[in-house]
Amino acid sequence: MASTGNTGGPNNRVTAMLLLPTTLWFFLLLVMPLVVIAVYSLGERAPAGGYQPALTLAQYGNLLARLKAFTNTLTLAPLGTVLCLLIAYPLAYYLAVKAGRGAKPFLLTLVIIPFWTSFLIRTYAWIYILGGRGIPRLLEMIGIEDVRLIYTPTAVLIGIVYGYLPLMVLPIYVSLEKLDKSLLEAASDLGASPIRTFFQVTLPLSAPGLVTGSLLVFILLMGEYLIPALLGGGKVFFVGNALVDLFLQSRNWPFGSAVAIALVGIMLAAVALYLTLVGRDRDRQNVSVL
Amino acid sequence: MVETINGTVDVEFHGVTKRYGDILAVDDMDLEVSSGSFVSLLGPSGCGKTTSLRLIAGFEQPNAGDVRIGGASVVGVPPHKRPVNMVFQNYSLFPHFTVAENIGFGLRQLKPRPSKTEITARVGEMLELVRLQGFEKRRTWELSGGQQQRVALARALINRPTVLLLDEPLAALDRKLRQDMQIELQTLQRDVGITFVLVTHDQEEALSMSDTIYLMDEGRIIQMGGARDLYDEPINRYVADFVGKSNFFDGEIAEADTSGAVIRLASGRVLRGRNPRGVESLNRNAAGVIAIRPELIHIEKANGSASLTTDVETTARIKNRIFLGDQTEYLVEAEGFGNILVLASKHAESVSGGFSPGDFVNVGWKESSALALEDTSKGGRPTAVPVPKIG
Repeated sequence: MASTGNTGGPNNRVTAMLLLPTTLWFFLLLVMPLVVIAVYSLGERAPAGGYQPALTLAQYGNLLARLKAFTNTLTLAPLGTVLCLLIAYPLAYYLAVKAGRGAKPFLLTLVIIPFWTSFLIRTYAWIYILGGRGIPRLLEMIGIEDVRLIYTPTAVLIGIVYGYLPLMVLPIYVSLEKLDKSLLEAASDLGASPIRTFFQVTLPLSAPGLVTGSLLVFILLMGEYLIPALLGGGKVFFVGNALVDLFLQSRNWPFGSAVAIALVGIMLAAVALYLTLVGRDRDRQNVSVL
Repeated sequence: MVETINGTVDVEFHGVTKRYGDILAVDDMDLEVSSGSFVSLLGPSGCGKTTSLRLIAGFEQPNAGDVRIGGASVVGVPPHKRPVNMVFQNYSLFPHFTVAENIGFGLRQLKPRPSKTEITARVGEMLELVRLQGFEKRRTWELSGGQQQRVALARALINRPTVLLLDEPLAALDRKLRQDMQIELQTLQRDVGITFVLVTHDQEEALSMSDTIYLMDEGRIIQMGGARDLYDEPINRYVADFVGKSNFFDGEIAEADTSGAVIRLASGRVLRGRNPRGVESLNRNAAGVIAIRPELIHIEKANGSASLTTDVETTARIKNRIFLGDQTEYLVEAEGFGNILVLASKHAESVSGGFSPGDFVNVGWKESSALALEDTSKGGRPTAVPVPKIG
């Protein structure tokens, strides 16, 4: 990933040396494992489990057997991203534009505080909150009976929004914070109502943060394991859960590899589609994406 | 519109007060901007000039008093519903729009929205007005400071506002470009015939461009008038000090009448000065000051004989000399006066041959060149000095 086409010299050597650790890291921990998985996905399951060399696409032909994991992931991950976005934007807007100088650091700390506790423990807490003695019990007290939350897609979505909200809030906050507030005054001065100012000025200019946050949350969600495992209880499972099952329980490494490669492929396609859709609009606006 | 002797009035303040917490930004201010004029609000930072502009634009609402635009009260009316547009100090161009999209922004907000062809045509007219034809598709950040400023002007003028507000529009430009833009702004204002209200801390800018200047301090208007009024007839020490350079000889008002006053300096010397126009008579025994512009002081070689052209004369020694190109500035020290600043024209220098530090000279002035003023910096605000309405 060193820059190419330069004239060489000591400057170039320094650049190469600075990039060496990253390059090695990516090569050893990203490219190599991906190659191994790609090779495994073309193999067969050894009789006792694991991998046995072969050259077949049979594993890929079998993907539909895990269709439910894919459809769950492909509905809940985008849905979770959109929910995060809708909840995070007003919050980030308030933090960046409306909050007073004194309140701002305090409120920002509140956004970050959940990271001080293990994600696992926090998700465990949700099992109790969403379980029979949690919210459903409270609803019973006011007369709403038979509400089931835990081990439903709703529970998984609640867990997703709870866990990933800060990752969406912070990039949007940064882009709104950088936004020159006099631009909003200029729009208002030129006759734009507050709503029109938002859609014509604030939203397009905060798009970089919006795109960054969405990609961050979406990509991480596509590989999510913990939230569906704890709050989905084996009923609402993601591709990540299927992978654990395939590699550790049924020890079908080639099929697991094929599922993993398929997930990577779908994710790349989804991100590419998203960036194209966003980019078409932004070509005109020429604001850097990331 | 409100009819006055001068025609219609576009902007009026009646007893407008604006507070931020304990800070009084605008203090019971009255203002009247007549239609088609170029008005400047001049003053040091924190004098309330920008707040006044923001009160007209609608970004601020007054705590008391009435703001009127075109005769109608606009208190409580939000900025997007006011017939005024603003050129912001840093231009505030939209970075995600092209030059043409920036200029057309105001048109796109109109209801009903004009057709695409009409917007393109009007944007074209504005580009021509500010001489930026061919820049339609450019990004605003590709433009120079002067070009950005012209885009901001075009963007603010496209909806033909009743009043154009300019917030230190030239502050970010370098000196040469600033002088060019001063001329350009003046020409533009005459061409479009729209009322301009300019906020500036630069007295030169205010003097060179405006028909009327409001000199402000601490949220109040201290003096209002044309450039000549403020420069030649400052009503107190603050005005004489802020607008141009001045020598001040502090003392006590010993005699005062409707034509002028006599001020006794601490050294015992007694100086006479005339009243500025619009000032009836000074208060005797109050702190007073004689103000003389440095270019009105005559300087010549000390030869023992009094000059025929001056009323007051004293010998002095040159302390410092600054060559300014078109003129020379001398700092001289005279007994009983202290330091005196003298500006000698190129012509005067060619006659006298110039002076060097250490030289002894005669300096003097006509009594009609000296102004007797109340010293507001010592006695607080002027109590009974009426603000002359000129122009």
